[in-house]
Amino acid sequence: MERLRSPVELEQLRLKILSQRKPEKPCISICGGTGCHAYGCEDVAKAFKNEIKRQGLSKQVELKVTGCHGFCERGPLMVLHPQKIFYQRVSSDDVSEIIAETVVKGNIIDRLLYVDPVSGEKAQFEKDVPFYKIQQRLVFGNNGLIDPTNIEDYLATGGYSALSQALFNMQPEEIIEEIKKSDLRGRGGGGFPTGRKWESCRNAPSSDGIRYVICNADEGDPGAYMDRSLLEGNPHSVLEGMVIGAYAVGAHDGYVYVRLEYPLALKNLGIALSQAREYGFLGQNILGSGFDFDVKISRGGGAFICGESTALMASLEGRVGEPRPKHIHTTLQGLYGKPTNLNNVETWANVPLIINRGAYSYSQIGTDGSKGTKIFSLVGKINNTGLVEVPMGITLKEIIYDIGGGIPHGKKFKAIQTGGPSGGCLPESLIDLPVDFDRLTEVGSMMGSGGMIVMDEGTCMVDIARYFVKFLTEESCGKCVPCREGLDRMLDILTDITEGKGKEGDIELLEELGNLLKEASLCALGTTASNPVLSTIKYFRSEYEAHIREKRCPAGVCKALITFTIDEEKCTGCGVCLKECPQQAISGEKKKPHTIDQSKCIRCGLCRDSCKFDAIIVV
Amino acid sequence: MVNDYEKVKAIVDRYGGKHDSVIAILQDVQSEYHYLPEHTLRAVASQLGLPLIQICGVATFFKAFSLKPRGEHTVTVCLGTACHVRGAPAVLDEVKRQLGIEPGNTTNDMRFTLETVNCLGACALGPIVVVDDEYHGQVSPRKVKKVLSKYKKTVRDRRHGEITVTS
Repeated sequence: MERLRSPVELEQLRLKILSQRKPEKPCISICGGTGCHAYGCEDVAKAFKNEIKRQGLSKQVELKVTGCHGFCERGPLMVLHPQKIFYQRVSSDDVSEIIAETVVKGNIIDRLLYVDPVSGEKAQFEKDVPFYKIQQRLVFGNNGLIDPTNIEDYLATGGYSALSQALFNMQPEEIIEEIKKSDLRGRGGGGFPTGRKWESCRNAPSSDGIRYVICNADEGDPGAYMDRSLLEGNPHSVLEGMVIGAYAVGAHDGYVYVRLEYPLALKNLGIALSQAREYGFLGQNILGSGFDFDVKISRGGGAFICGESTALMASLEGRVGEPRPKHIHTTLQGLYGKPTNLNNVETWANVPLIINRGAYSYSQIGTDGSKGTKIFSLVGKINNTGLVEVPMGITLKEIIYDIGGGIPHGKKFKAIQTGGPSGGCLPESLIDLPVDFDRLTEVGSMMGSGGMIVMDEGTCMVDIARYFVKFLTEESCGKCVPCREGLDRMLDILTDITEGKGKEGDIELLEELGNLLKEASLCALGTTASNPVLSTIKYFRSEYEAHIREKRCPAGVCKALITFTIDEEKCTGCGVCLKECPQQAISGEKKKPHTIDQSKCIRCGLCRDSCKFDAIIVV
Repeated sequence: MVNDYEKVKAIVDRYGGKHDSVIAILQDVQSEYHYLPEHTLRAVASQLGLPLIQICGVATFFKAFSLKPRGEHTVTVCLGTACHVRGAPAVLDEVKRQLGIEPGNTTNDMRFTLETVNCLGACALGPIVVVDDEYHGQVSPRKVKKVLSKYKKTVRDRRHGEITVTS
């Protein structure tokens, strides 16, 4: 492939690619995201490949392994285009039947359809599945259409047209103006206005003219994986955004800092980079515009703090990933002391969209202070785990119930945690809250990178606060005292409370420490670290009090405060738990109710797991 | 040792001996040895012309690096928030009990190293236990023994020189 040398050549290539494609040709799109991988989608894809060959259909049927489709709960997923017939929980055993019946004859296989657990209705097409129905998948939607290892798939969906528009029809200042007008705010957590950041970097003095752009793909919030899915599934959309941004701020070198635990993202991004170079979207004289820019990949070392911009830059320079005070912003002095513009993966992927649609059209989506869509990872105690892209301003209720399908096993909703370890837990009374940057901050949480962890009545809020504080204690770099020592003390207090050693005054001490951390910490990790504690105290104070005063864990989670007993009415004396117990703590005659010796019980839960009659009670 | 020095040199050279490549160099050294033996850290320091403390600083700061030898199989229990609320702590307790070690350690027979991770982004399958590259989803404390037994058998069979692995 010769490098493209002009916008005309790009459009000619696009026309050629499209003319070779037959929209009516059946195409099996298999989700190849990490979630579906874990379900075994690779075997399914292999089976399809072999079966297509075996039935002599190689010329008539196309097979595509794409990035994440989003509906992780029901993987492995497949969609048959052009009709968009949607099958879920597909296994290799289903493959020959799918080809023979659905692909060749057009018959629907009933058992592979999605059944809505609420209405009991079956959905034949992707668009009819309630999980997808009210989503607005502008950034994430092409994932299901693109083989991320094939740049031509991206070009076929209009890829790199925004770059061509930016390089040939817009001045750098005009691009910055357009991004400013769109009101795009950073999707990585801070929510800083992207256009202003770009402008500040462009205007920053640099003695040798060197500037950098960085893509922050060190997605460390537990329970959040939207950035990974974008990089895995549509890496060119991120790269296109980066090249436009580099042109706008005047940078010629870029970095993508990828979390080590994301091997597939690293692989697909690497392929995308070499293809982009080959086609002339990266390197010298991009599309014949005279603009030079290239990107290097840097693998993270597994430190949560490196998601913070100054720590990330220290790590890129080969140093320990410690943050520094930001009296001088990184847009003025960042990587190697040069003006540096850092944005998150999802932010970069929004850029081509804004250039293509225009800032005005983009800013029609969302709320006053938060424009566009946001991808959330909806996980935890929820029926439909997955990635959802919704317009800003949608309510928590719509996300949890209309898209997420509510709470499994008929349990009651208790809280939703947003914003990762820096965010807060919101109770049921706030379920009608519109989700945007400012509303979430007002109630003591934050947008963060977009993790949404749903919790039900079986989740202990003190335990959750302890979980996040423990996480942050381990990930605190230790440079500043409030964060290093403050988190340690908070963890001690919370551990005591969950172990039944809490005392009067502990809650107040936690509040005092929490507010101190907010005031005095060096970087955002410390200043937001107390959010999980303060928000759970604010909304679930009675649960703390039950632990401290009554030595009781109402949710039945904290091991030191619970006991396992056997319900005599329900126990059939089958003996399964007796065999399962590693402590020989259970005794009883066959066919007669068993009992647990509390002095031996270690509360491992094996008996509860093994009991088919729900006879093990935890109080 | 001489051989190791050459091995490390090849890796350092691959990155042009640049100081900002310390993390990438250590990652490659670790893929070679499965951990960072002390003499390789010394070799990296002397070849880059950096003080050993700087190399050790990086090697101990980032979680990806291990200064201790690792077992034949790595058992990783995901402790992401989604896995946590679905019962990952009880799963970890059971893995610890079965293997008799704390996270970050290796069994005396060098078969298993136990690790935890703060989210693998496959939350629909939580709680997740990954052994080497194999994902085990919706693991309960009760399933732990079964998950581990598969790998215990592999080792035993290998030791006795048997070819087949019984399930």
